[in-house]
Amino acid sequence: MFTALTDRLNDVFRKISGRGIISEENIREAVANVRTALLEADVNFQVVKEFCDTVQANAMGQEVISSLQPGQLFIKSVYDELVKLMGPVDTSIMTVTPGPTVIMMCGLQGAGKTTTCGKLARYLDAKGLHPLMVAADLQRPAAVEQLRVLGEQVGVPVYIDEARVAEHGQVPRGAAVAVCRAAVADAKLHGHDVVIIDTAGRLHIDEDLMTELRDINTQIGVHQIFLVLDAMSGQDAVNSAKAFNDQLELDGLILTKFDSDTRGGALLSAKYVTGKPVKFIGVGEKVEGLEEFRPEGMAQRILGMGDVVGLVNDAMQKFDAAKTAKINEKMLKGQLSLDDFMDQMAQVSKLGSVGRVMNMLPGMDGFTRDLNIKESDMDKQVVRMRAIYNSMSKKERKDPDMLDGPRRRRIATGAGVQTQDVSQFIKQFETSRDLMQSFGSLNMARKMSVMSQLMSGGLVNLAGSFGLKGRKSTFMEKKDRNKKKRR
Amino acid sequence: MGFFSKTIDKLKGALKKTATVLSTDVRTLFVPGRQIDDQFLSELEERFLRADMGIQNVDRIVNELRDRWRLGKIKDASECLGIVKEQLGANWPKQDRELRLAPSGPTVILVAGINGTGKTTSIAKLAWLLKNEMKKSVMVCASDTFRAAAVEQLSIWAQRIGVDIVKHKMGADPAAVAYDACESAKARGIDILIIDTAGRLHTQENLMRELTKIRDVVARRIPGAPHEVLLVLDATTGQNALAQAKNFSLAIGVTGIVLAKLDGTAKGGVIFAIRDQLSIPVKFVGLGETPQDIETFDPVRFIDALFGGEKAAA
Repeated sequence: MFTALTDRLNDVFRKISGRGIISEENIREAVANVRTALLEADVNFQVVKEFCDTVQANAMGQEVISSLQPGQLFIKSVYDELVKLMGPVDTSIMTVTPGPTVIMMCGLQGAGKTTTCGKLARYLDAKGLHPLMVAADLQRPAAVEQLRVLGEQVGVPVYIDEARVAEHGQVPRGAAVAVCRAAVADAKLHGHDVVIIDTAGRLHIDEDLMTELRDINTQIGVHQIFLVLDAMSGQDAVNSAKAFNDQLELDGLILTKFDSDTRGGALLSAKYVTGKPVKFIGVGEKVEGLEEFRPEGMAQRILGMGDVVGLVNDAMQKFDAAKTAKINEKMLKGQLSLDDFMDQMAQVSKLGSVGRVMNMLPGMDGFTRDLNIKESDMDKQVVRMRAIYNSMSKKERKDPDMLDGPRRRRIATGAGVQTQDVSQFIKQFETSRDLMQSFGSLNMARKMSVMSQLMSGGLVNLAGSFGLKGRKSTFMEKKDRNKKKRR
Repeated sequence: MGFFSKTIDKLKGALKKTATVLSTDVRTLFVPGRQIDDQFLSELEERFLRADMGIQNVDRIVNELRDRWRLGKIKDASECLGIVKEQLGANWPKQDRELRLAPSGPTVILVAGINGTGKTTSIAKLAWLLKNEMKKSVMVCASDTFRAAAVEQLSIWAQRIGVDIVKHKMGADPAAVAYDACESAKARGIDILIIDTAGRLHTQENLMRELTKIRDVVARRIPGAPHEVLLVLDATTGQNALAQAKNFSLAIGVTGIVLAKLDGTAKGGVIFAIRDQLSIPVKFVGLGETPQDIETFDPVRFIDALFGGEKAAA
């Protein structure tokens, strides 16, 4: 249903790399794609607007424009900005001494308050605290019963005052407060250091609900207030989050139902509008399903993209920047040697199986699918290239031109491949090198763009042309043809 | 048609929040005399997006307006209102929105949805509506044997509304309960059997298969059943409602939607996206917490209420 953002951004930057220069218009187009992705994820309209303005401003900076892989770096900058927006991360729960620390959970009906109470109790219990849960949702008949069952499941006691549970009627004002007061006294008596209050929800925010919550807050002396919010909420999430925050001064947010396929834009909206940290996310109905919030994975989820950020990070850590820069310089001068070529290959291999890397690259999964190549086949090709390279003498590697028939036969035998495989390998290398040489006359921006193509595409051509016959014409080849024409 | 008469007022009240966004703002947008320009169109887009109408749907409508404006067919902002209504109102044929009844024997309505959307409450409302407004004999079936106190909740409703209920113990096989309910409905000559199911996320494959099984059991007991498969959606849900509708349709072939909690913060604009992309009509809307708070869906009134527009004829 959702077109992957990475694919769309890839399209945008593919066009750019064809022209060589990133214009303001390109950035605008890319930002528009980000905007659509965020809106599809239910991020609030206003938040999207401000976010996109920031991204646009950042992207106009020098860094992105002069980069070798504008597409990837653009995604990275969007991602970083999202992570920044979701931070700072603070999943700690403040406790007071002397206890007990009183935590109040609030939220709309059906958000998952009661279940989250049980999960939080279990979480705190596992941290060595001694929580007590309080059934202060006297409105919903099943709520008290549900909390009792949850308490049994997680092995945490639940304070229940059966006499005050409303029989499908109006709960008198003050009833919930009375239950909470008694519960806190009970907690002191039995040495509980945390009290978790499950409060009533409403279909929507109304004055009765807010009054009740305010009463509990002020009269009991609540230390922490958490808002429980359905991750599937739409644009309206900001309104309820804001209303609760205005009335109660929240301490943190808990987003539930993240085990669904929701993109969870509500999280970003709620964080943005309240400025309060997201403490936990709820995943699943099991009592273990409470995770400390980490913005990293969430940013990807909201953007609806795959592993690409992980890859970019990987690449940034694992690529030997100095070495790559040196090779780049050589490439531009047209002095690329076979050694450099294989070095570059080794750099890429560090990221893992080539097949995996290819599939992680935007657009590239389509490439492998079109050709019907298995990941393992791809890796096999790289191994064969490495074998051929290893079977060459140092002198041959420096000057592949000297490879005549007998030498090629010898290398083929050494590497356990056919002679034509060796020839193809050499030819591939020469094509890349010659291509580079011809760019000496181009201006810097052009060079950069061509470079970025080679960086991402060289490997594809290599693996592709190597023993894979009858393949479809690929995007990279088309671009290469264009290059030749230009020449 | 007296049956529908309260819809508009109620819905207007219910959609008050939407009205604040859509009517107040949109109607300031639609002031006669204001010329259409890019600024106007982007403001319009913003209002629609805020109502959870979904970017694809909004793009379509706004682009349509932009095209007409560029071609010089429309100039004044107020001309847009009619076009917007026409765009939103298209695709809701009446026969799609009517409850499909079995020609003879019990009509079976299977109700499903994710956790916390208000299935059980919606069933109570539906039972009330069918019994009191359509004078049918109604039976409910407590096939939600999973959630604590779900059976009790439905039992209480059944008792209050005065309809029959078939139930087993907690943890019983929900398909077995449905089986018994079918037999019982046939034996007692019941007009309409409504089956409640446990809430489940649309991504839980095994639970979706359980739902398919319930449907298959029902289909074997009563030919042509289930005649209606209603998906209960929470009106506050965003674009994920599309994914819900899609997955439930794959499992049990959803024939209609009950849009619950529309009295809340509700905007429910996602129903237009669902209609567009999955062709599933909305049949009922839930407007409150009492059994009477249900209405059959009327797109014209819904859209009017959305805009807080002119009074519709009752």
